[in-house]
Amino acid sequence: MHTFPYLSLLVIVPLVGAIAAALLAKTAPAAGRTIALAASGVELALVVAMIIQFKTIGAFQFTSQHAWASDLSIQWNVGVDGISLFLVAMTALVIPIVLLGAQVAERGAVFAAWLLLLEAAAVAAFVSLDLMLFFIAFEVTLVPSYFLIARYGHERRNYAAVKFFVMTFLGSAFLLVGILVLAFIHQGQTGQLTFALEELRHTTLSDGTGIWLSLAFLAAFAVKAPLFPFHTWSPTTYREAPAGGSMVLSAVLAKLGTYGILRFNLTLFPHASKTLAPLVLTLATIGILYGAIVASAQKDMKRLVAYSSLAQVGFIVLGTFAMSQQSLTGAVTMMVNHGIITAAFFMLIGWIGQRRGGWDTTMLRGLQRPAPVLAAVFTVVMLASIGLPGLNGFVGEFLVLLGTFATHRWWGVVATFGVLVAAIYLLWNYQQVFHGDADEENEKTPDLTIRERLVVAPLIVLIVVLGVYPKFMLDRIEPSVAKVVSSVVHSSPAPASHVIIPSSTRLGGDR
Amino acid sequence: MNVLTMPSISYSALAPILFLLLGGVVIMAIAALRRRALSPTTTTALTLTAGIGSLVASLIEWAHVSTSDATSTIAGALAVDGFSVTIAITVSCAVILATLFAHHYLERMSIASAEYHVLALTAASGAVVMGAANDLVVVFLGLELLSIALYVLVALNRKSRASEEAALKYFILGGFASAIFVFGIAFLYGATGSTNLQNIGNTLSASVAEKPGILLIGIALLLVGFCFKIAAVPFHLWTPDVYQGAPTPVTGFMAAVAKVGGFAAMIRVLLAGLPTARSSWEPVLTAIAMATLLGGALLMVVQKDAKRMLAYSSINHAGFLLLGIIASSAAGLSADLFYLFTYSVATLGTFGILTMVATAADDDSALARLKGLSTKHPVLAGALTVLILAQAGVPLTTGFIAKFGVIEAAIGSSAIPLSIVAMVSAAIATFAYLRFVLNLYAAPEGNLDALDVEGSTTSPTAVLGVAIAVGVTIVFGVVPSLLLGLTSTASTHLLP
Repeated sequence: MHTFPYLSLLVIVPLVGAIAAALLAKTAPAAGRTIALAASGVELALVVAMIIQFKTIGAFQFTSQHAWASDLSIQWNVGVDGISLFLVAMTALVIPIVLLGAQVAERGAVFAAWLLLLEAAAVAAFVSLDLMLFFIAFEVTLVPSYFLIARYGHERRNYAAVKFFVMTFLGSAFLLVGILVLAFIHQGQTGQLTFALEELRHTTLSDGTGIWLSLAFLAAFAVKAPLFPFHTWSPTTYREAPAGGSMVLSAVLAKLGTYGILRFNLTLFPHASKTLAPLVLTLATIGILYGAIVASAQKDMKRLVAYSSLAQVGFIVLGTFAMSQQSLTGAVTMMVNHGIITAAFFMLIGWIGQRRGGWDTTMLRGLQRPAPVLAAVFTVVMLASIGLPGLNGFVGEFLVLLGTFATHRWWGVVATFGVLVAAIYLLWNYQQVFHGDADEENEKTPDLTIRERLVVAPLIVLIVVLGVYPKFMLDRIEPSVAKVVSSVVHSSPAPASHVIIPSSTRLGGDR
Repeated sequence: MNVLTMPSISYSALAPILFLLLGGVVIMAIAALRRRALSPTTTTALTLTAGIGSLVASLIEWAHVSTSDATSTIAGALAVDGFSVTIAITVSCAVILATLFAHHYLERMSIASAEYHVLALTAASGAVVMGAANDLVVVFLGLELLSIALYVLVALNRKSRASEEAALKYFILGGFASAIFVFGIAFLYGATGSTNLQNIGNTLSASVAEKPGILLIGIALLLVGFCFKIAAVPFHLWTPDVYQGAPTPVTGFMAAVAKVGGFAAMIRVLLAGLPTARSSWEPVLTAIAMATLLGGALLMVVQKDAKRMLAYSSINHAGFLLLGIIASSAAGLSADLFYLFTYSVATLGTFGILTMVATAADDDSALARLKGLSTKHPVLAGALTVLILAQAGVPLTTGFIAKFGVIEAAIGSSAIPLSIVAMVSAAIATFAYLRFVLNLYAAPEGNLDALDVEGSTTSPTAVLGVAIAVGVTIVFGVVPSLLLGLTSTASTHLLP
């Protein structure tokens, strides 16, 4: 169908850029940075071309398969569908913006190299259709993240970097065991050892096994997302990471968790997911309320956004496990939109920190007068995060709540309070920082420079465009989501014993 | 009168052992006959020749063995199979790497280099013998060849009290372990009437053991002996002290070669000799593996000394290697062979870099001393980072493929709780590895010039060693099929 190897290139281009930037870091840092920027630009162009060619069908497109570690049955098996397409696009958008908007201290070529390596790994994770390939990419993201935090972060960066790495690694430990157990059960039934998603989803699992495996997968994704109560790393990490690091961590990496839940938990264990839904929905709802309440009490703006992200991720997971067409479409939309909004947030806070030497609400006051453009941009981002209709945050949240009301009413009702509290604490925070009379220090805050305005412009444009005209994105997401929903709806428990079932009578098979 | 008939001897199969052993003998002879001490360059060159000769001989033997059936030579004393040849390849590579790192160190510390090289080659030949030994008595022979040379190696730095203390501790405890091991052989002989692994295997599979109690005691004693050698919890108590006290290149050599030899013999004895008794040793070994995995990882976290930390890291690795044995499958065997090779390279590289940044006195290997290495030697710090992350099991390094292989094998044999324990221990260990890495990039404390003694960081042999170690770690991490092909062929090629 498609001969142009978009997806392989999407991984190779940033990888080559990363290596080039790393090699030039010592001798010609400026050239290294330019190459990194160029690579991220090429990446974005490739993604745009891919979106244009993308067909509004549910199946995986641009697929490609190559043998890699065939002795271990691991394959280079990639493809993109409506669920992953816009996540890849969001990743490709955020990276050049980080490169352009990152603070002076971070403008080294090494920083750019780590960032591109992270981009390559994140994109590989989003597009991989082989569970081990996904796992490897998922794990590889940890290394650049770790160095981005530990080398460029704030005061307690070492603590934050190690906490982030170890907690995520611990979660992944269960994921790896889960993947292997699933693959061997599948091998027992078919005689073929494979990690391909398309094959493994036909594995017949007994109720108990399905639930245990589902929990093993969830362990990794819940930490990464983060889902309450596995979020304890996130406020520290987002606080201590450099602005660019926080942007990528919250916009892109956190989405690996929510994407993993949607792609793997729902596809591989539809029946177990239905059984676990009340538990996960409850955790998600607690996350929404807890995140909102704790965010209200934060004086540190980065921590505030971290807790607000916890609430937003709660909505995404709520939509995922509500398992209706609307709620899932909403969840996917929200992943993309939250990525854009939170990246903008962290970048703006980074700029405020750069101007004022900190981002504590106690020391910021009345910034609106000296920096009107900054205030305006912040207002748009904040209103999008609150979920104001007409901005992109609204679309996903609305669909999630709509879908949840249809299938799991009471969780939806409780979650709605989260929307309310979010409006309160975000507006309150805005008042504290931008309203009032600025003292002498705050009065001298410079406004956004031309360069900064240009860097943040694409995010603001997308916040508005995706809010006003979400149809383009929804049209492409819906067919893929419909596939997931139908497989969940038609799933039924397998017989307790592992019998080999002929393919014609396989349960929950693809159609 | 009986005529003594000589058994047939395949010299090509013995060639790796002969290269190593004769290399040692030649160096010893020259050093003894000459009036003046041999120059370090000469001894290093001779050792490298022996190591490369052994490697080439193993590779030639591999080409021969991989296309024919597994056999044995010298009246069934030594096995000639894919497994033994792979172990010989691994040990030869370890010898080459260790020699590259030892060269500058020995010169700098004015340690008699001929002694080091003779002992290292002897120990290495012992490890190769252990990998091929098809008879419990020969296993013991290899074990002693390896151990006795190592006892002396540990004490090689006579100016250091820590080195002496470590050697004494290692010698006394090692002596006990060897005695227990021999006792185990005696019991096994009593139960089965043979020390030959094939005969033991055949006897046990043909009939129920007449004296199950004696058989079990024999197996238990053998396990104790092996677990001491591979440093499995609770037989690991010597490890941190010996690793810390021994001269750093010796620690690296020991961490690689002793572990390879110990595991090679353990795998062959358990999987070729005692597979029918699996139900008796598997539960015990599973418990030991869990203790080793968690003990190694947890104790690693609290270490403040680089060498002690790496000692516990090697204990944690031993736990992972036990997974491959417990799996008792071709997949497990292949994974263990891959693990042994890549672990040896990574650990030798790690200790090798420590020798390059050592202090003049070499008794300070505190982690804090490495602070700021990245500002002084960014390339060296980068290489160390790669090797440490490989040990942590980060993807795209050999460490990941190795850990993945053993876990895959263990789950394939339904050892799921053990696999979960292993992965959790890996996560705990990661904490310690990351702290190690953080140190390298932290703000420097004290004088960074102390990290380079007499040009130790630019010693050409050591730099070559680092390049090889990092290269192997990354290349086989990204393209594992190259090495996996060899190990998986070898795994189906274990006598009988």
